[in-house]
Amino acid sequence: MILKLLENKRLTIGLLVVFMLIYPFLVGNSNYFMTLFVITCIYAITSMSLNLLIGYGGQISVGHAGFLTVGGYSVAILSSTVGLPFFLALPLAGIMTGSIGLLIGLPAVRLKGHFLAVATLGFGLSIPQIVLNWDGLTGGYSGLAVTKPLMFGSDFSLFYVFVVITVIITWLIQNIVKSSLGRAFIAIRDSEVAAQAIGINISFYKTTMFVISSFFTGIAGGIYGYWVGFVSPNDFIITNSFLVLAMIVVGGLASIPGSIIGAVLFSVIPHFTDSYIGITNIVIGIAVVLIILFKPDGIVSLFKMNKQKLVKPAGKGELLVQGGEKENANI
Amino acid sequence: MQIIVSGLIFGCIYGLAALGLVLIYKTTDLVNFAQGEMAMVTTFVSFTFLSQFEMGYTTSFLLALLFAAVFGAIVHQGIMKRLQSAPPLNQLVVTLGLFMVFNGLAGLIWGHKPAGYPQAIKGDSIKMGSVFFTPNEIFVMGITLTLMLIFFVIFRYTKVGLAMRASAQDIKASQLMGIKVTNVFTATWAVGAILGGVAGMMTAPITFLDTHMMFDVLIMAFAAAVLGGFLSLPGAVVGGLIIGVFENLIAFYLSPELKLVYTFLLIIIVLYIRPQGIFGGTQSVKKV
Repeated sequence: MILKLLENKRLTIGLLVVFMLIYPFLVGNSNYFMTLFVITCIYAITSMSLNLLIGYGGQISVGHAGFLTVGGYSVAILSSTVGLPFFLALPLAGIMTGSIGLLIGLPAVRLKGHFLAVATLGFGLSIPQIVLNWDGLTGGYSGLAVTKPLMFGSDFSLFYVFVVITVIITWLIQNIVKSSLGRAFIAIRDSEVAAQAIGINISFYKTTMFVISSFFTGIAGGIYGYWVGFVSPNDFIITNSFLVLAMIVVGGLASIPGSIIGAVLFSVIPHFTDSYIGITNIVIGIAVVLIILFKPDGIVSLFKMNKQKLVKPAGKGELLVQGGEKENANI
Repeated sequence: MQIIVSGLIFGCIYGLAALGLVLIYKTTDLVNFAQGEMAMVTTFVSFTFLSQFEMGYTTSFLLALLFAAVFGAIVHQGIMKRLQSAPPLNQLVVTLGLFMVFNGLAGLIWGHKPAGYPQAIKGDSIKMGSVFFTPNEIFVMGITLTLMLIFFVIFRYTKVGLAMRASAQDIKASQLMGIKVTNVFTATWAVGAILGGVAGMMTAPITFLDTHMMFDVLIMAFAAAVLGGFLSLPGAVVGGLIIGVFENLIAFYLSPELKLVYTFLLIIIVLYIRPQGIFGGTQSVKKV
């Protein structure tokens, strides 16, 4: 019954928006729960951008936490050291992260599958090290403080700004996926040779994919910086990259709602398990293993079941995803 | 020279762990991220044998390897077998999930306090030319090269190796030819876990025994495997040696903090020039 109701897209989205608007009142303006929500938003943006790259584009990245760190530090440097206002610093942080994404995207054009995974893994591992050792710019071990924007007096209004930004980014990514850009990504994922044959410039689109993905992730990192008011080298390490990867696979590859579900799930689990030390990782790990064993297409396939039976009798969606991955396996 | 030699020792350990990765990848077409944590658990088990039951080094070493084999087989039979035909990304994420589970469980069972771990062979260092070797280092090098040779020969020249290669190419066809593919895969997982376990027990005396000790080794093993082309067993060891030596040289001459960054820079440059790795064959283009 509830599942059927949720299939009504407008109703679901409407309910979600209402929930986000009244959330601070539901939790009694508690700082802890609002932080939990903002962290969920950050992971939602990150997992959507990663899903754009992996789910739609077929390009694996195991170092997305690196982009989060870059975004967070960009905001810190731009707001505290340079003194730029919020509405300039946040997009600029995205652009700075996007240009780093361009640098990573260039070699990535030539690499596939595990080779790409290692290149991005190296990126994700290196960023915290570089940040740690570049004392002059980043403050090394002690991290950097972020000047909170003055125009929003309290965390309360900042919360709504971030919620709006998250909604806008979700809408943007949804539109990118549906545009010719998104179709080009999907074509490249399904077969590079075929995509090339119909006139898609593969290297251009692959690089674009990395730039777009890292741009949004950078903004997510910036949101983190502004919300917490402080960035340090160990905020986003390689385990966070793994976690985001788990989010999109558990939530559902090539699915925007899937990314959000995954992000919510893995941001909320630590809330329940943190009181028992050392349990969090075990619970998350078991959840990952069980969900993939029993729902290989991710949690989102629970909601799509009825529709798929009507439109795709042969389980076409599954084939599509596999097609993209097969290429990786074929090297 | 001494720097290069100690780099070679680390390289051997990376190579050993990479051997396990490549072996599993070559046969079952999947990258096992849980490899390092399985090795860590194995090392802890051997440590338990050593300290709690006060057995000799050799006995606990062998018992731990036996445990590793069973452990690998159980992981495959219990979990990975069901994912044989799942998309590779799903398999990869499951191994990441296992990684977290094993790491958490080991933390619960053995605690997070680092402990010392004995070397395989004790003794004073031997001088050869201008370089000092400890007997343990020679042992590490010897065991790496021996294991690499053994598996290379098994994979290339024996019936078991043929079955492994056939299952890697086409599961259905090999089943029709009478190969028990699942058994072959389970055996591969057992052997992969043994190789990881050996690497773990070689690492522990150098880094101290704790739940995170294999993480860096796993990352470097992964990098070594990729550098070697991911399909070649000697490639994995050579990749490990290159990374070990390079890392040590950077740490000595440039900066010890940034050795990881430079190592990955080297890997990215190598991959940019040769996208299929040093020992990788020609790249196959998928037919449309």
